[in-house]
Amino acid sequence: MKKLNYPFSHEAVRELKVGDMVLITGKLYTGRDAVHKRLHDGVKSPVDLSNQIIYHCGPVILQDKDGTYHVTAAGPTTSIREEPYQADVMKDYGIVGVIGKGGMGPKTLAGCKEYGCVYFHAVGGAAQVLAEKIDSVDSVFWLDLGSPEAIWELSVTEFPVVVTMDAHGNSLHAKVEAESSEALKRLL
Amino acid sequence: MAMKKKPMKKAIKKAIKKAAKKATAKSEKKVAKKTAKKSAKKTTSKLPTKTPKKVLAKKIASKTPMATTGSTKAGNSQSFDKDLEASLVELIRVTSAELPDDVQKVILEALAREEKNTTAEYAMNIIKANIDLAKKKSQPICQDTGTVLFYVYHPVGFNQTKFTKLIENSVVTATKKGFLRQNSVDSLTGENSGVNLGPGHPSIHFHEHASNSIEVKLMLKGGGCENVGAQYSLPHTALGAGRDLDGVRKVILDAVHKAQGKGCGPGVLGICIGGDRGAGYIESKEQLLRRVDDANPHPDLAGLETEIVETSNKLGIGPMGFGGKTTLLGCKISALNRLPASFFVSISYMCWAYRRQGIQLGSKNEIKKWLY
Repeated sequence: MKKLNYPFSHEAVRELKVGDMVLITGKLYTGRDAVHKRLHDGVKSPVDLSNQIIYHCGPVILQDKDGTYHVTAAGPTTSIREEPYQADVMKDYGIVGVIGKGGMGPKTLAGCKEYGCVYFHAVGGAAQVLAEKIDSVDSVFWLDLGSPEAIWELSVTEFPVVVTMDAHGNSLHAKVEAESSEALKRLL
Repeated sequence: MAMKKKPMKKAIKKAIKKAAKKATAKSEKKVAKKTAKKSAKKTTSKLPTKTPKKVLAKKIASKTPMATTGSTKAGNSQSFDKDLEASLVELIRVTSAELPDDVQKVILEALAREEKNTTAEYAMNIIKANIDLAKKKSQPICQDTGTVLFYVYHPVGFNQTKFTKLIENSVVTATKKGFLRQNSVDSLTGENSGVNLGPGHPSIHFHEHASNSIEVKLMLKGGGCENVGAQYSLPHTALGAGRDLDGVRKVILDAVHKAQGKGCGPGVLGICIGGDRGAGYIESKEQLLRRVDDANPHPDLAGLETEIVETSNKLGIGPMGFGGKTTLLGCKISALNRLPASFFVSISYMCWAYRRQGIQLGSKNEIKKWLY
């Protein structure tokens, strides 16, 4: 089990390899479809994303009477929808990693290599376990996109993920796809 | 069998808009409050009410549950409706927060099978922890509470229109309580109804049966797994799949391969051979109402079910597509007649968060028995 602690850096994530089980402690910024599209369209990010991690997640957020936000369910959403934008967001905003589920394609994999980023896979459906790792909701940006689509700044402790695409051109998804494809040919 | 009727357009739209506004404003507060109460309530509420069998039989014989008739006095009727709604809301809560025993059993077996210190074992451990935590906190296992699919089995002379209304009310309540996410979106405008009602939502399937009892089964099926479902038309040249069971086997394995980990595997397949395109998909989902550990009475289909699971688990896709020993937890297949010209194989993929439950209603519309 490896640990990745805040502040994150390109150097630190370059050390990570496909298959590494990692516990992330520090800050995460949620961002899914609408955020990626808006960033890609060139709208300036409301927060400095350099050396940060984006989490593909539409959390269920509740607000207390005193205005404090807290998260009740926060599993990953399918990442492949951000495939058209992700590599450019890596380039333009200097992020060091992305957390999601289901993996991403060749464009993102090339982006990971070129800009020193990593794709972390969280366990899909594990909304309760992952919400427990979130200590606080520190801020919110672009709430005009709606709660699930806004940028939520979260503090997490030992958030469990697996590196499935690293900064060296390796993708577990491509590997499993190719190997299972060979197996399928034999079994058909 | 009857699908949910088209909505009564304007009136329903108005009601939805009104409810949506209320729901978005109030649901957050309510959920927070209710959470504390839930665990206490839960222990008692999932216990079936114990009534001696003979007495029950008499009651049922003399008086079928309220929703079937609708002809009793108004005061009684209202209280019966309230009881029924409460039973349905409890069904939704339990379905959303707790996996049935047969599903948990195969998940634990899958965890035991994976090699130690692998990403596959890691994923299965997180899945196990999540199942336990959701039950303990009485909160949704997955934030995607999915398509809400009701299957209602009822006696002759049952009032489907009334029951549909009560199901809709219970869905609105369950959404406000946070057992269901606001998950129903207008396909043209993208607008979220906020209460999980709208054309096709919830999905309700009625079946008349010979018994006097009313049984309600519920399945919550998330979007990730629904997206990897598939329908094949045989013969399939590229896969070398002909119009026979071996051809069926080939297209099913192709679907499992195409899904990789995207359906939040390890999953369970519901499959229908034959039918028209619509009937095939509906039947494939109803196969998911079977217990994972049941036996298919048709020997050829029973054999194919076992073979699909065994072969899929040799593909090495594994939990979440990380690679590993368990790609499928189960496979359920049935066959409908087809036209000579058509040969469809319809495949529904259910994620590991296989949320399905069922209840039998008692004479006072209370939960008499849990079905899984």
